[in-house]
Amino acid sequence: MTLRRAIRAYPTLLRVGLSEVVAYRAEFLVWILTTNMPLVMLAIWHAVAKDGAVGRFDQKEFTAYYLAVQAVRLLTSTWVVWQMSMEIRDGTPAAKLLRPVHPLFAYSAEHLAAVPLRALVVSPIFAILYFTAGDRLAIHDPMLLAIALASLVGAWMLIFFTMVLLGALAFYMESALGLFELWLGIHAIFSGYLIPLEVLPPWIRGATRVLPFRYMLGFPVETLVGLETHASALRELAVQWGYVGFFFAVSLLVWRAGVRRFAAYGG
Amino acid sequence: MIDVKNLSKSYRVHRRAPGLGAALRSVISRRYEVVKAVEDLSFHINEGERVGFLGPNGAGKTTTLKILSGLLYPTAGSVRVGPFVPQQRDPRFLQLITLVMGQKQQLLWDLPPAETYAMNRAIYDLPRAQADETQKTLVELLDIGDLITKPTRQLSLGERMKCELVAALLHRPRVLFLDEPTIGLDVSMQAKMREFIRDYNQRFGAAVLLTSHYMDDVTALCPRVIVIDRGHLIYDGDLQQLVRRVRPDKRVSIRLSAAIDRAQLDKLGAVVSVDAAQVVLSVPAVKVNVVVRDALATLPVVDLTIEDPPLEEVMREIFSAQRETRDRAVP
Repeated sequence: MTLRRAIRAYPTLLRVGLSEVVAYRAEFLVWILTTNMPLVMLAIWHAVAKDGAVGRFDQKEFTAYYLAVQAVRLLTSTWVVWQMSMEIRDGTPAAKLLRPVHPLFAYSAEHLAAVPLRALVVSPIFAILYFTAGDRLAIHDPMLLAIALASLVGAWMLIFFTMVLLGALAFYMESALGLFELWLGIHAIFSGYLIPLEVLPPWIRGATRVLPFRYMLGFPVETLVGLETHASALRELAVQWGYVGFFFAVSLLVWRAGVRRFAAYGG
Repeated sequence: MIDVKNLSKSYRVHRRAPGLGAALRSVISRRYEVVKAVEDLSFHINEGERVGFLGPNGAGKTTTLKILSGLLYPTAGSVRVGPFVPQQRDPRFLQLITLVMGQKQQLLWDLPPAETYAMNRAIYDLPRAQADETQKTLVELLDIGDLITKPTRQLSLGERMKCELVAALLHRPRVLFLDEPTIGLDVSMQAKMREFIRDYNQRFGAAVLLTSHYMDDVTALCPRVIVIDRGHLIYDGDLQQLVRRVRPDKRVSIRLSAAIDRAQLDKLGAVVSVDAAQVVLSVPAVKVNVVVRDALATLPVVDLTIEDPPLEEVMREIFSAQRETRDRAVP
């Protein structure tokens, strides 16, 4: 009954969420513009590859990779960890806890609602990607394209649930943001955000296969720019969705246990 | 409807002295202490009752309301609201109650209140016709028709509070937990809010548990009060009886057509205040008839009223008596 109610309410939650994003449009655009590290890395690797390819990566491959990283990162990242950490400190989740729809459902709608606006911002990047490296993209292979789209959905969910997990730690600590900074540093290396994972030493590449970070960014990007075969992409997709299920369950458990400790300060 | 038995709630609080030294010491060793916010509290509230929940700051009122609305887990004891245990937060329970906190709000800050109402309609799964009708009724009662399409952040505190109340009542809850609902409002707005709460209670038969530092709210709305201090119950019963028990005297207010000699007033009773031609006397209840007769006979009276002492005074007396008892108990 609760899930049915939540599903029925979801379109309205999305609409209201989108209205909030529109209300914060200037801040939203500035925040999007701060995600520029992939472009810096593109410039560096472009210069490095001038004298010859690095593994499978020539200049064009680096261009395709980092443009895809930029686009995927903008589409899939969320600020729910900041929101939760601050709200738990000042007691704001009380309003969400008093409503008969699970608060995580409400958080997910608020953040998913931003995706259409992000897609709008990202569309020029996709256009540049298409004109600079269109021949290498998964768009010519329907199966790879379908896997790439499914991996984008998976990446959004995986990031959302890990951020919820980190955010819910604010129930136990004074703030979860320090932990998030640590997570961000590890993510930058192991997700393929700074450097394509193929270019990293073999032992780090091995570690990325068993850690969740690659499935938040590197895997969708590699699939999108045609670095994956059908078989490997399907296998990786299954791993990614396995991680989605795992982090969904863990974040829910940590949230539930955290709510028991909630002091509902303020007021 | 609301059943609280031997409820206790404790918090673990970090204590630290001010200063850099204390801050550095607290990195290595932290001093915690257990604060008992509510202790062995029991009461029962029936459907449709309006009950004032009174106590000084830090008495445990808000903690109790948060436990009753399922936000906090009790440390000990049991709580039921209707057939539900609040901390389980069954959706049917959340549909049954509302919690309005004067200091916190559920309205979406950057959007007009109408958007919060639309969201609540979806979340509470309310049929559109019913939600529209309830919204219309509440908006008319509070006279906020032109406010609900302005962004919340552009509304004044009083306007926000009224819009907040509509959001909290859109699903027609049967139990209202109101924590300082009139805080920061001007006198006329407070009166309007009280009228609205009473009207809602009568219209929907809703139980109301209200905390407020404005004793006028309590006097106007609550025939029954529950008084707590430091988490302990110290009175549960009829408001008038409490007033009579603590302050058995009456206030006789007299408006005079001309100033008179103070000695004339002292003969009638204890003078509480003299302000030009307005006099307030404190008189034992059994002597009121005699005092009124004498006043009318001897003074140039224009108007005369007999009232109970203000609830603020009654409360002040109760809590100072409690403090004295505690001080005597701790040498």
